[in-house]
Amino acid sequence: MTTAVETARRRQALPQSVWKKVLKRPEAGALGGAVLVFAFFWIIAPPFRQLAAFTTVLYQASTIGIPAVAIALLMIGGEFDLSAGVAVTSISLAASIFATHAVGGLWAGTIFSLFFALALGAVNGWLLIKTKLPSFLVTLGSFLMLQGLNIAITKLITGNVATEDISGMAGFGALKSIFAATFQFGRVQVSIAILYWLALAAIATWILLRTKTGNWIVAVGGQGDSARAVGVPVARVKVGLFMAVGFGCWFLAMHQLYAYNTVQSGAGIGSELLYIAASVVGGCLLTGGYGSAVGSALGAFIFGMTTEGVIYADWDADWFQFFVGAMLLLATVVNTWIRARASKGK
Amino acid sequence: MASNGEPIVRLRGVGKSYANISALRGVDLAVREGEVTCILGDNGAGKSTLISIIAGLHPHDAGEYLVDGVPRRFSSPREALDLGIAAVYQTLALVPLLPVWRNFFLGSEIVKGRGPLRRLDREKMWAETRDELHRMGIDLENLEQPVGTLSGGQRQVVAIARAIHFGARVLILDEPTAALGVAQSGLVLRYVSQAARSQGIGVIFITHNPHHAYLVGDHFIVLSRGEVALDSPRSDLTLESLMFQMAGGKGLSALEHELQGGRDAQRA
Repeated sequence: MTTAVETARRRQALPQSVWKKVLKRPEAGALGGAVLVFAFFWIIAPPFRQLAAFTTVLYQASTIGIPAVAIALLMIGGEFDLSAGVAVTSISLAASIFATHAVGGLWAGTIFSLFFALALGAVNGWLLIKTKLPSFLVTLGSFLMLQGLNIAITKLITGNVATEDISGMAGFGALKSIFAATFQFGRVQVSIAILYWLALAAIATWILLRTKTGNWIVAVGGQGDSARAVGVPVARVKVGLFMAVGFGCWFLAMHQLYAYNTVQSGAGIGSELLYIAASVVGGCLLTGGYGSAVGSALGAFIFGMTTEGVIYADWDADWFQFFVGAMLLLATVVNTWIRARASKGK
Repeated sequence: MASNGEPIVRLRGVGKSYANISALRGVDLAVREGEVTCILGDNGAGKSTLISIIAGLHPHDAGEYLVDGVPRRFSSPREALDLGIAAVYQTLALVPLLPVWRNFFLGSEIVKGRGPLRRLDREKMWAETRDELHRMGIDLENLEQPVGTLSGGQRQVVAIARAIHFGARVLILDEPTAALGVAQSGLVLRYVSQAARSQGIGVIFITHNPHHAYLVGDHFIVLSRGEVALDSPRSDLTLESLMFQMAGGKGLSALEHELQGGRDAQRA
């Protein structure tokens, strides 16, 4: 008798608790937003309904989402990186220029650029720890320095604002098939970048929710002093997070280098804000200690849909920026509201 | 639990200066198993400096600091922690947005699996957190809830339970009741007393509330301007004399006299 009553009660409680669990996730708002934006463009832009359009959206999303996954981890760890956008360009330039002017090999250039990317992250992290300045300032500094260096060094070495075409060099084919391959999926072309993006989001989620490192990232962002007091190596976690951002930027940089063969030295400015916006739409708190990698992927997906949806709907491309801004405000309000309800246990 | 005489932590003439300013001079202190030592004092009396030394945040630069009779000089809280000396700070204890069980094991996580599959053992940590809190008389409905949603007293107790679970023999509690209401303070004080008596933990209880101190303390030290103004076991002390010392002792009498004198003079 008692057990029957209890089972009934449990059954009654179950659907609500699953719903509650979903609502309590940081990415709940972004999930709702993604569904709404998808429905919106589905209704107003008929070309948006094709499968080819969907893969284009995913590709757009992946070019924001790959660095955004790392940025989300960094933001959960309580820090910012404004230099990520131009860092992608710096890393492409480093690979290309090192390959063409220093060693004459693309493999060497690619590996050099990986170390360069990790070093960029490590320097940002080290400056943050040493100067104790807010990361906003530190990375604003490195953003401006990289922006200047990108153009100045490219001009100095190549005499031009773009690098030379690398598609004729040895190893190009193999590296292109690693970083920028496309393959046929049914009747549509799919870029490998999409798979890398989803894989990176999955790995970041695993790290965040299931590993010790993830626990430390959340704690360091949530209350660094408490974390330090119980023996979490705060400085190491932060430097590691900046290096993870370096790694994310390197991945996108390599994709772009092998997809377009040359690098425009002035590119990348403004992308850093998209990465941050994607993370915030995905539920990351500006103050740290809360957020999700899946959320950043949903945020990137929303921006991917918006970029392409605006085109499919035959609007001026400038509407995209308007949408990003509106989405950011709306998402932040909705996320705050959901979090407040969730933390009250409703 | 009766103390066996030999203190776990003993300070002899400990002092500390920052630049040219002497923050602490000639402090003697002994913390025994199962005993609550209360340290009282006004703001700036040297309480923070004293706990930083005991907890290993700052090394002392005069006198002796012995743990189990061996002289020590800590350069990080980790070293103190390894000897079973743990500090629970009023504000630095827990990460508000992190779930209870993750907070409980923060910095000492249990992992399982190998290589890239090395992961948190959620079930085990969850069960241990539940058992430990249950043993201390706290029943939380949901260990997945963020610590920030607990009451102030519950948060303190979770932080203290964590320190004990991870092998603390000496607990330094920094103003655990300062920001709490009456009922919440009661929860914490009951727990502190239980931890000391039934588990044989040596407790250093820092407070500026003599009422709270007198409820749980076995030994009382009042600091004033970096020096020990009073050092007395409970048997030699009443709440009134403790409050008198806390309020400023002879200084207060002099002030009272002066103000009284002023009033008399005015009247005359």
